[in-house]
Formats: sequence, C-alpha cells, structure tokens
Amino acid sequence: MISFIEQIGAFFRRPFEKALGELRLFLQVIYWIFVGPFVRKPFSWRSTANQMAFSGVHSVIIVFFVALFTGIVLAMQSAYQLVQFGVKSLVATLVAVSMARELGPVFTALVVAGRVGSAITAEISSMKVNEQIEALDTMAINPVRFLAVPRFLGLLVMMPCLTILADVMGMLGGFIIGYFSLKINPGLYMNMTVKFLLLKDIYTGLFKSMIFGVIIAIVGCYEGLNASGGAEGVGRSTTVSVVSSFILIILADCLLTGIFYFLNI
Amino acid sequence: MAKTVIKVENLIKTFGNRRVLDGINLEVYEGETFVIMGGSGCGKSTLLRHLIGAIKPDSGEVRIKDKDITQLDTHGMDEIKKRFGMLFQSSALLDSLSVEENVSLPLKEHTKLAPDIIKIMVKMKLGLVGLRGFENHMPSELSGGMKKRVGLARAIAMDPDIVFYDEPSAGLDPVVTAVIDKLMIDLSKKLLITSVVVTHDMNSVFRIADRIAMLHKGKILQIGTKEEIKNSTNPIVQQFIAGDVEGPIQFLTKGDDYLEHLTQ
Ligand SMILES: Nc1ncnc2c1ncn2[C@@H]1O[C@H](COP(=O)(O)OP(=O)(O)O)[C@@H](O)[C@H]1O
Ligand SMILES: [Mg+2]
Repeated sequence: MISFIEQIGAFFRRPFEKALGELRLFLQVIYWIFVGPFVRKPFSWRSTANQMAFSGVHSVIIVFFVALFTGIVLAMQSAYQLVQFGVKSLVATLVAVSMARELGPVFTALVVAGRVGSAITAEISSMKVNEQIEALDTMAINPVRFLAVPRFLGLLVMMPCLTILADVMGMLGGFIIGYFSLKINPGLYMNMTVKFLLLKDIYTGLFKSMIFGVIIAIVGCYEGLNASGGAEGVGRSTTVSVVSSFILIILADCLLTGIFYFLNI
Repeated sequence: MAKTVIKVENLIKTFGNRRVLDGINLEVYEGETFVIMGGSGCGKSTLLRHLIGAIKPDSGEVRIKDKDITQLDTHGMDEIKKRFGMLFQSSALLDSLSVEENVSLPLKEHTKLAPDIIKIMVKMKLGLVGLRGFENHMPSELSGGMKKRVGLARAIAMDPDIVFYDEPSAGLDPVVTAVIDKLMIDLSKKLLITSVVVTHDMNSVFRIADRIAMLHKGKILQIGTKEEIKNSTNPIVQQFIAGDVEGPIQFLTKGDDYLEHLTQ
C-alpha cells in the first residue's frame, strides 16, 4: 500500500517539479523584462528583433498552408450538414468564427511549437551540454536575460501576427469551397463573414495565441536550460519540449475556452 | 612573501553520497601560475567551479582577495566574476556568434565603451593569441586549438586579475598544446595575471607551473613548487608523474581478487 502511494507520488513528482521550474523561469523572465532593466541590466532589443524574424520566417509558410487547408476542410465538413438545412451561406460564418476563436490560434501554436519551440530547445540545450551556458554565467551574463527574454518576447509578438495570418488564410480556404463548390455569391459570403464575426471572436483568439506563445517560449527555454547528457540529451530535451508544449497548449486552450464560454466573452 | 589572492579552507562537497571534495585547503599567490593536477574524475573541475562561484560548497570557505565568495548573493558574485576570466575545457564559444562577437561579448555587456573602441580592443586581444584577421570566422570554421585561443582571447577581454583554465590541453596535439602553454606563460608574465590551471597533462604541468597541488580522492596530497613535486617521495605523486600502471593508484584488479570477484 505504502509503496503504491510512493509510486503514484513518484509518477507525479517529475511533472510537478517541471511545472514549478517553468513557473520560476516565467517569473524570472518577467523580472528581467519589467524590473531588471532598471535595477540591473536591460535585455537586448536587437536580439529580440532577431528572434521575432526567426520565429516568423520559420513558421510563416507552414502556418499559411495548414490554415488554408484547415479552412477548406472546415468548409466542406460544415457544408455537408448545413446544406441539408438549406443554410449553406452559414458556412462562411462558421468557418470565420471557428478559425478566429479556436483553430487559427491552436493550429498556429502547434506549428510554432514544432518549428520554433523545438529549435529554441535544440539551440539552448546544445549550448548547455557544451558548457556555453556556464560560460555565460562566468562572464556574469545572466542566461535568462540573454537567451530566454528575447525568445519570449519574440514569440509573444509573433504568435498573434501568425494567428491573424492563419485566420485570414482559413477564411480564404472556406471561401474557395463556398464560391467554387457551394456556389455562394462572393458578396454574400463576405457579408456573412463580416456580419457575424465579432471583434471579441478575434481578440479572444489573439489572447489565446499570446498565452500559447508564452507556453512555447517558457517550455522551450526550460527544457534547453535543464538539458544534460551530451548530444543524446539535446535530442531528448527537444522531443520533451515539443510534447510538453503540445499538452500544455491543449490544456490551456480547454481552460481558456471554458473561461470565455462561461463568462460569455 | 607574495600576496594571497585565493584562499580555500576546509572545502567539502558531496554529490549524492559521494564526497568529491573532502576538506580542501590551498592558497594561490598573486601573479603565479598554480596548477591543480590529478586523475580524471578526481574532482578537479568541481574544485575549479567552486573557485569561480559556480557551485556552493557543503561547507568551507573560498576567499578571493579576502572576500568569502560562498556567502555572496548573485549581484555581489557578478561583480567578482567580472574580474575573472575562464577558459573552458571545450572552449565554450557561443556557436551562433562570430569570433569577434564572442570576444567582444563581455565588453559589450559590462562596459559602456564605444563600438569602435571595442573593435580595437578585440583586435588587440586576438593579436595576443595570434589570431589577427579571424574576426569574422564562425566557431564551427575553427580547429580545436584555434577555438581554445579564441576562448583565451575572450577570457582576457576584460583584463582580468585571475584567469582559470580547465584542461587547456584536452583534445589538442602536442605542438598545439605547447603553443597554448606558451600563450598562457606569456599572458601571465605580460599582463601580470594570476593563473589557476587544472590539468592532467604532465608535460604541460612542468612547463607552466610555479606551484603545483596534487589532488587525489578529494584531498590535496601535496602542494609545492615544481621541484618539490618532481622530487616528491609520495608514491602516488611519483606514479602520477611517471604515468606507471603499477603503483598505489590501482585500476587493474589483482589476480586473486578478480577470481574471488568472479566466483562470488
Ligand atoms: N553536478 C554534479 N552532480 C553529480 N556528480 C557530479 C557533478 N559534477 C561532478 N560530479 C562527479 O564528481 C566527480 C568529479 O568530477 P570532475 O570534477 O568533473 O572531475 P575531473 O574534472 O577531475 O575529471 C565525478 O565522478 C563526477 O561524476
Ligand atoms: Mg574536468
């Protein structure tokens, strides 16, 4: 019995320790953004801009296609039912709202976690196992300020931008099906999109995407900074980083959607 | 008598249930080259990490210029670190930065010097290690010995008082090792730097050392000048210097033990 409880304890201890570590890293990042520049040292804007460009360049093409095809699939899938009720023009509304509130932010986050999050962890963990993080430390350069803050800010800014792209591409995908297959009048399609897509649909989606950006950056940096065990360790931490980001993104999405739903936002 | 810059007292560090450092006492004098030698895994790097404040001991003191660094907070420690340079076993250059950016990094981070002044300083440091003209190379384009030299240029970028070297000759051929050794001697004489070197390369040790400490099983066996260590009567020290298989340091199991071990 005791050993059973111990086993359960051991099973939950690692994720729990990880979550604590990630929370601590998040607080350190916040410190270096808001307090550090005034009492210690500022972070580098240049390196932040580089990270923005890096995250954008790395994911823009994939986000583009993923969102376009998601929009197409969504339109076909919903048309299948809506046509039976004789309200096929509602396809436009459904695609727009689903993309903006849910699929745009989530799919973008999954793509970015796979492309940028993994790259962040791979880079930082290889620095870690090659003594480079320790070298920064001995040069009195704080690794959180130097490495984590630019990546954090880069993703925080780029995620909403990429999500807007995804929203637009998804709606374009829906439009392709609506116009060519369902023969919905283009003007009507636009109308149905604009009329029922509320501003709050867009900004709740963008808010979500920022939270996802925070998750990807923090998990990516945390796994990198805590890597160990040579080249093999780099591979391991990169995999763990992507898997944890995926899980946390889905969990956070569920939580946020719940909050928005029950608070009627 | 020379001034003491580093004083270690009763330093103890345990990892898990393994006591890696078991009551270390030593002193390093201003301007000298102090070598810590010992077998692989005996705790040399761990001792060095204590000297630079990267890890805290279980007990004991590390005094740098009469300040106990084991008691300092991160901010106080940062101020001390700016007076250090460190050359890592793997050079530890940042892969994403060019040679120039690597060497200028501490200057950009910790000084308010104008960019063109920094550029000139980087050129000077690279000149000192014989790598003029390599400013725009990336670390991945350099050989192991060149990386070490860039690492050295970075270590002395801030004109430190003390430079620490972790196995500077690891992975280098004898000629390149001799070059690095010569650089270390030059730098300590020209720039009046105190050097603490960790190594198990005996050729290097006798080329560069003023004084030597022999670390074995977490304890300092003997500290002395080059001559004192060369003429040591301690059998372990003698075996280590000569690189003998037979002696008090045992790696191969003796025949009878071995049979017993197998049949148990
Ligand atoms: N952070 C650590 N956690 C656990 N064990 C460690 C750690 N650092 C070093 N050790 C152990 O301490 C011993 C000495 O390591 P080290 O100081 O690197 O030896 P050396 O540099 O003399 O080869 C080794 O057995 C190593 O496994
Ligand atoms: Mg070592």
